[in-house]
Amino acid sequence: MTSPVIELRDVGRAYDEGPPALQAASVTVRAGEAVAILGPSGSGKSTLLNLIAGLDRPDSGTVTVNGVRVDRLGEAGAARYRRESIGMVFQFFNLLDDLTVADNVMLPAQLAGMPRAAARRRAGDLLETLGIARHARAYPGRLSGGQRQRVAVARALMNRPPLLLADEPTGALDQAAGEDVARLLRDLNDEGQTVVVVTHDLRLAESCTSRTIELVDGRVVADVAAAR
Amino acid sequence: MSAVGRVMRVGVSRRRTQTIVIGLATLMAVTASVLGGGLIVVSGAPFDDAFTAQNGAHLAAAFDPAVVAPDDLAASARAEGVTATAGPFPVVTVVSEENGRPNPPLTFAGRDDPDSAVDAVTLIEGEWPDAPGELALAAGDVFLPLGERLDFPALPGSPTLTVVGHARSSTDTAEGWVTEDQANTLKGTGAPDGQQMFYRFASAGTATAMETATASVAATLPADAMTGSRSWLDVRRLVERETAVYVPFLMAFGVLGLVMSVLIVGNVVAGAVGSGTRRIGVLKAIGFTPAQVVRAHVGQALIPAAAGTVLGVLTGHLLAVPILAETSDAYGAGALTVPLWIDAVVVAGVLGLVAATALAAAWRAGRLRTVDALAVGRTPSAERGRAAARIAGGLPLPRALTLGLARPFARPVRTLAMVAAIVFGATAVSFAVGLSSSLDVILSARDHDVADVTVRPEPPSTGPGGRPDGPPPDLPDDTSAITAAIDAQPGTKAFYVVREAPAVVAGTTEDTELIAFAGDASWGGYTMIDGDWIGGPGEAVVPTGFLRTTGAEIGDMITVTVEGGRTTLRIVGEIFDLKNDGMKVYTDGAGLTLPMKNASVAVAVEPGTDLAAYTAELGRALKPLGAGAEEFQEGGSEMITILNSLTAALTLLLVAVAGLGVLNGVLLDTRERVRDMGVQKALGMTPGQTISGVLTSVTLVGIVGGLLGVPAGMALHNAVVPAMGDSTGIRLPQAALEVFTPSAVAALGLGGLAIALAGAMLPALWAARTRTTTALRTE
Repeated sequence: MTSPVIELRDVGRAYDEGPPALQAASVTVRAGEAVAILGPSGSGKSTLLNLIAGLDRPDSGTVTVNGVRVDRLGEAGAARYRRESIGMVFQFFNLLDDLTVADNVMLPAQLAGMPRAAARRRAGDLLETLGIARHARAYPGRLSGGQRQRVAVARALMNRPPLLLADEPTGALDQAAGEDVARLLRDLNDEGQTVVVVTHDLRLAESCTSRTIELVDGRVVADVAAAR
Repeated sequence: MSAVGRVMRVGVSRRRTQTIVIGLATLMAVTASVLGGGLIVVSGAPFDDAFTAQNGAHLAAAFDPAVVAPDDLAASARAEGVTATAGPFPVVTVVSEENGRPNPPLTFAGRDDPDSAVDAVTLIEGEWPDAPGELALAAGDVFLPLGERLDFPALPGSPTLTVVGHARSSTDTAEGWVTEDQANTLKGTGAPDGQQMFYRFASAGTATAMETATASVAATLPADAMTGSRSWLDVRRLVERETAVYVPFLMAFGVLGLVMSVLIVGNVVAGAVGSGTRRIGVLKAIGFTPAQVVRAHVGQALIPAAAGTVLGVLTGHLLAVPILAETSDAYGAGALTVPLWIDAVVVAGVLGLVAATALAAAWRAGRLRTVDALAVGRTPSAERGRAAARIAGGLPLPRALTLGLARPFARPVRTLAMVAAIVFGATAVSFAVGLSSSLDVILSARDHDVADVTVRPEPPSTGPGGRPDGPPPDLPDDTSAITAAIDAQPGTKAFYVVREAPAVVAGTTEDTELIAFAGDASWGGYTMIDGDWIGGPGEAVVPTGFLRTTGAEIGDMITVTVEGGRTTLRIVGEIFDLKNDGMKVYTDGAGLTLPMKNASVAVAVEPGTDLAAYTAELGRALKPLGAGAEEFQEGGSEMITILNSLTAALTLLLVAVAGLGVLNGVLLDTRERVRDMGVQKALGMTPGQTISGVLTSVTLVGIVGGLLGVPAGMALHNAVVPAMGDSTGIRLPQAALEVFTPSAVAALGLGGLAIALAGAMLPALWAARTRTTTALRTE
């Protein structure tokens, strides 16, 4: 059995005076796994993802990713951690509209200090692999939703992160594009990429992950391995 | 509260930065306008009132009795354009003595009655002289209390005049008045030194009209009969000059403030409309009419502008108090204040301008279709600035910086507004630095402060009651022992002896000081305006005031009389000197036989000399010789202190407004791009990179603003400073205008960048602190 990439222990998180978004949640994800976090709206899925990504801090418990205590990181440390350890894919792509596809993909590497030429080579390879190389000079506004999400995936993989996090990656796509993205995530996982997908789409979970964790009212109510 | 009022109030309180920026910009504009406008209107008021009440003389002319008899002067009353005359009155110039020392010469007019058709003199207190030996002194010149006496031991019969009254002539026609008989007989010659006549003309409002009228008077009399004349316009200018000096620079700041207000208000309201498009859509969707939407946005600008206006009026009035005090003191008028109508005009003008600008900017909000407003997101069109982003992306700089460098091109109008704000800030700073440097040069030139140590006579011992026991001493006629002691003192670099005497210069009745140097005084800090420094005996340099009063020019010969002794000097240069209204003549003392007193010795020390120790040591060496040494004390100037304080305050305000203008622009930009920044953070951008990116986004703006603002400030300085000199009748030395050294210009150029970075710092910190999750959720 491989070592854990993500280890959440008794994590709690509450916002203002509302009910807790997460309560004593413990989750472990091992290298090479593809895990779907399922649950209805308000169940704490996105909070869990934000804690893993170092975008938020828990009120209690510990978050360890790739051996790093993420819950103890400051802003700058968290930024460096995201550069090195995390690739993120968002529901609404979150591409920067004033940068070309290639520049969007290169950005994480350049922020990490990679020379421009090296970043351009790596981005070219990724775009080629993901089948969107011909759009490298285009601006995101001219691409379809599925193409944009492929660009977002390419950007997420730019720094070769050990962990790929995807937040409702098909939520803004039509069915065909959604299936395309699901296939892409599955292929990546088949190549050894650890993937965590937050979704309320059971079909997506079934098509591209081998394990589902279900959250209800901030608690882990099910953790099921499933054949893909 | 109405719905519009509530929206307005919420807008003002939520957009605190914009509210403060508008308030400060209008505060500055109103302060400068109230002050400048008030000074222009009020400074001449006491003179105008007195001039009207006294039928002041448009022209006060002096005549040579040897050329024209008093009875013949009456013919000049029939000159073309003359509507009234008074005179002729006999005039004498006499020198009183006090404790054996001569006082400056005084010019008295003989008038049996203060009332006349022109220049009716107002008796302030006491009585009008009606007997020999009585004198009414003019207020504002030499002040002696009633009952005090002036002794004239040098005149035949050693006459004495007793001050019986104090009086004021609006056109300052004499320093005192005696009876006509007294004026005719005071010098024992049976005749006065001159005659004076006063004229009023049908047309006297301009210098040209006065020249024409004066020429028509002169034409009725023999050639050379008129030995001098004074226009009421010159007198008025002299009266106003204490306040007139402030007007050009206040006008400059007023215009800067007004333009800045318009710019800031336009930018803020346009920014509010641009960034609040969705809000406008919601307001319209719930039933706001276009007019109500426009009113709500105009109100958001007018509320802080009104607050700034009220504070500006108060500040303007407070700042006017010390400036107007001098004018009111001169005329014994009550405390002068800026008239209310000035406040009304300024308030209406500034608020009107703000309202018009806000209306123009908010008009778009009113016309926006509801469906479009709701559909339009807050992020600016990504079409703009793509080329810049591409080019910047290729630069060999960290990505966070190249992202920032491209930002100004995405919002060109907002960028232009920020550049303009910085241009105004840099202009104000450059202007203020230049003005302050010019004032320093003028102050140094005025004080001739190159000498390190001044040697003067030891002060006299004091008798009972602390009064000096005997006349103030002079240095001995033979200063060789003193100069030998100075020469022998280790550390002495150079020195010269200053000799002084009150003098009369042919062609003018104004008191003149003659200063003669023994030794080379060219290093003494006398700043040349034109011509050359004294090259040898027989040459003289004079201040601008002397040239203007006497009508002399460089190259002319002048005859100087001191206690009956005369010498003729050739004017070789014009120097900067404001003391005694510039009525001074500086010459070489070698061979000069006039009765003059040795007043002081100016000493320069070698570099590195301990000045205090040198002065103490020299003082001990000179004490047995009846002299003492003192370090040079720099003279202050209330006017320059006020000018510097006002400049600093207005500049700070303008720079603050410029910085806040940048802050406002960057804040709008940052808020619009908060989602993008969230994405960048999610991709690994550190807080430091976020800050450096935001700061870089204003770097170009700051550099361009500085590059444009500094020359503008220098040009403003080069226009305003000479205008300030002109308003006070002063020609400034070139050194006072050439104050911008290359290093100063370079430093000022960086000032634009400093303003930009300072203005962008808060939004940058805000952007760095904003939680990524919050930013990503923001639409």
